[in-house]
Amino acid sequence: MTTTDTSSLRRRLAALTRTSELPATPEPGQVTLRAVGLTVIRHGGSGPARRVLDRVGFQVAAGEIVALVGPNGAGKSTLLAALAGELTPAEGRVELDGRALTHWTPLDMARRRAVLPQSHTVGFPFTAREVVAMGRAPWARTPRDLDDDRVVEQSLAAADVTHLAHRSFPTLSGGERARVALARVLAQQTSTLLLDEPTAALDLGHQEQVLRLAAARAGEGAAVVVVLHDLGIAAAYADRVAVLEAGRVAADGPPREVLTGELLSRVYQHPVEVFDHPVTGAQLVLPARG
Amino acid sequence: MSGAGTTDRPTLTSAPGTRVRSRTVAAFAVAVLALVVLAAASAAIGQVPTTPAEVAGSVLHRVGLDWGPMPAHPSGDITLWEVRFPRVLLAILVGAALATAGALLQGVFANPLAEPGVIGVSSGAAVGAGAVIVFGGAFVAAWSVAAAAFAGGLATTVLVYTLARANGRTEVVTLVLTGVAINAFAGGLIAFLLFVASPAARDQIVFWQLGSLNGATWDAVGVVAALTVAGVAGAAAVASKLDLLALGESAARHLGVDVEKLRRGVIVLVAVLATAGVAFTGIIMFIGLIVPHVVRMIVGPGHRVLIPLSAVVGAVVLLAADVGARSLVDNADLPLGMLTSLVGGPFFFWLLRRTRARAGGWG
Repeated sequence: MTTTDTSSLRRRLAALTRTSELPATPEPGQVTLRAVGLTVIRHGGSGPARRVLDRVGFQVAAGEIVALVGPNGAGKSTLLAALAGELTPAEGRVELDGRALTHWTPLDMARRRAVLPQSHTVGFPFTAREVVAMGRAPWARTPRDLDDDRVVEQSLAAADVTHLAHRSFPTLSGGERARVALARVLAQQTSTLLLDEPTAALDLGHQEQVLRLAAARAGEGAAVVVVLHDLGIAAAYADRVAVLEAGRVAADGPPREVLTGELLSRVYQHPVEVFDHPVTGAQLVLPARG
Repeated sequence: MSGAGTTDRPTLTSAPGTRVRSRTVAAFAVAVLALVVLAAASAAIGQVPTTPAEVAGSVLHRVGLDWGPMPAHPSGDITLWEVRFPRVLLAILVGAALATAGALLQGVFANPLAEPGVIGVSSGAAVGAGAVIVFGGAFVAAWSVAAAAFAGGLATTVLVYTLARANGRTEVVTLVLTGVAINAFAGGLIAFLLFVASPAARDQIVFWQLGSLNGATWDAVGVVAALTVAGVAGAAAVASKLDLLALGESAARHLGVDVEKLRRGVIVLVAVLATAGVAFTGIIMFIGLIVPHVVRMIVGPGHRVLIPLSAVVGAVVLLAADVGARSLVDNADLPLGMLTSLVGGPFFFWLLRRTRARAGGWG
C-alpha cells in the first residue's frame, strides 16, 4: 500500500469518526458563526463582475438574535447564503463553531446550523408532517433520533401548524407553507439558526409569533441570524442589528444605537423617522410621508 | 456514507403511520401475489398448450420436488425452459428496472415527468447497443451489447442532466424539450445505423425500436438480472436522501445531503437500470412514468416505499403487457413497446395537462 493510499484511508477514517461525533451545545456568548473579510463577487451574464459583498466582518453568538437589514440588493441574502455555506467567497472565510466551513461535511454542518430559505417548494405531495420530519434527517442513526416524534410534534405546535399536519404541502397557502418550513427548521434543533425573511409571507400576528419563537430559541441558547425588512420588528426583537449598504456593513450594534434617522435616511435613500412610542417607549421606525 | 439505508426506520410517519403502513403492506402483498399469478399465467400461454399447474409442476420437478403434473405435451417441458421462462424472467427484470429508473429520475429532478424513455436515456442506450450490433457483426456477446448500451445511457443521462437544469432546479418544460431534442438526435443516429447495417443487423435494430421480449435467452436474463439487482439495491440505498431532495437542492444540502455525490450516484444507477431495460428488449416507453406515479398515489411520495414497490409493480405491469402482447391477437406476438406507448402516451398527456394546471402555467 502506498503512502497516498494510507493517508487517504486515514482521512476517510477521520471523516467517519468526525461525523459520528455530535456537536456540544455552545456556552452563552460563545461565537458560533463568524465571517471574516468576506468578499463575494457575482459574474452576472454580460455585465461586469460586481462585488455583492465587500470585506464583510460579521459574527453571531449563542443566545442572541442578530437582524440583517438594508435596502434591496444590499447583500442581506447573499451574506446569509455565504454564512450557510452556499456560496464560495472570493476572499475571506466563514467559520462555524470555530472551524472553517470547508472543514465540515454537509452532515456536520446540518447538525450545527439550520437554514430557512426564502421560498418554499416541495417537489412531491409530502404531508406537512413529513416535511417537518425531514428536519430530523441529520440526526438519523444517532442517539438523538429517539426524540424524533416528540420534536416533530413540538415543532408543529410551536409554528402553529399542528392542524395542517396531514395536509399535503403543495395544497397549503403561502403563509402556511412558510410556517411549515419554519417548523422543519426548528425540528432540526441546531444551535445556530439562519432565517431568510421568515416574516415575508405572514400576516401581522404570525410575524410577531415567528419572532417570539426566534427570541425563545435565543433565550434557550441558540444563535439566530434573521434577515428582516421591517425595521420596527428588528428594533423590537433583535439584540443586535447589522445594517448592510451596497455590500458593506454600514453599522452593527444594539438597535437603539444603530437605528438612527440619519443612518437609515442615508442607507434607504428616503427620509426615515425614528422615535419612541408615547406609551410603551418602544423604538419605532417609520418612513417620513408627505 | 453515500447511502447506508435507513429503510426500516419509521421516521417520516407515526401518528397516521399505522394506517399508512398497513396500506403499504397491503400494496406489497397484492403486487407480489399479482406477480406470481401473472408469471404462471404468462408461462402457460403459447402455441404449445400448457396449464399454470403444469408450469408449477415443471418448476418444482426441476428443483427436485416430485409435486404437481408435468406438462402433458411432449415438447412442453423444453418449451417452458428454453422459451417461456427466460421471457417471463426478462419481463419481470426489465419492468422492475424501468420503473425504478423512472422513480429515481423523478426523485433526482424532483419532477414527476422525468422518465428514461421520455427524456431520451433509453434512446441513448439504444444507440450504444445498436452501434455494437451493426459494427460488431454477428458474433457479439451479450455483455458487450450491454456495455455499449450502458455507455450510451450514461452519456445521455449526464447530457440531459446538464442541459435541463438551471440554477439548481429543472423546469418541466426544459426537461421535456431536452428529451425531445435528445430523442430526435438519437433517432437520427439509429436511422444512420439502420442505413449502414447488414440486413440481419437491420432486422435486429428494427425489432428493437418496437420493443419486444421475443427471443429472450438465458444469457440475456443473466446480464439483465445482474444489472437490475444492482440498480434496484442502489436505488433503495439512496431512497431517504431523495426525499430530502424534494425540498430543493440547497435545502437538501442544509440538511446534510452531499448533493453532488448523490447526483453522481443516481446518474450511474439510472444508466445501469436503463441499460438493463433496453439492452435486449429495445425501447419500452412509459413504464418508468406510469408505475411510480400510480404507486405514489397509493402509498405517498416517500422514496423508501416508492422505490421497492415501483420495482415490483413495474414487473407486474410489464408482465401483464407481455401477456397482452401475446394473446390480444391470435398467433401474433405484438411489439411490447407499441402496447406500452399506446397506453402510456395518453397517460403522459394527461399528466402533462394536470402538472401544467397545478403549476398555473409552465414552471
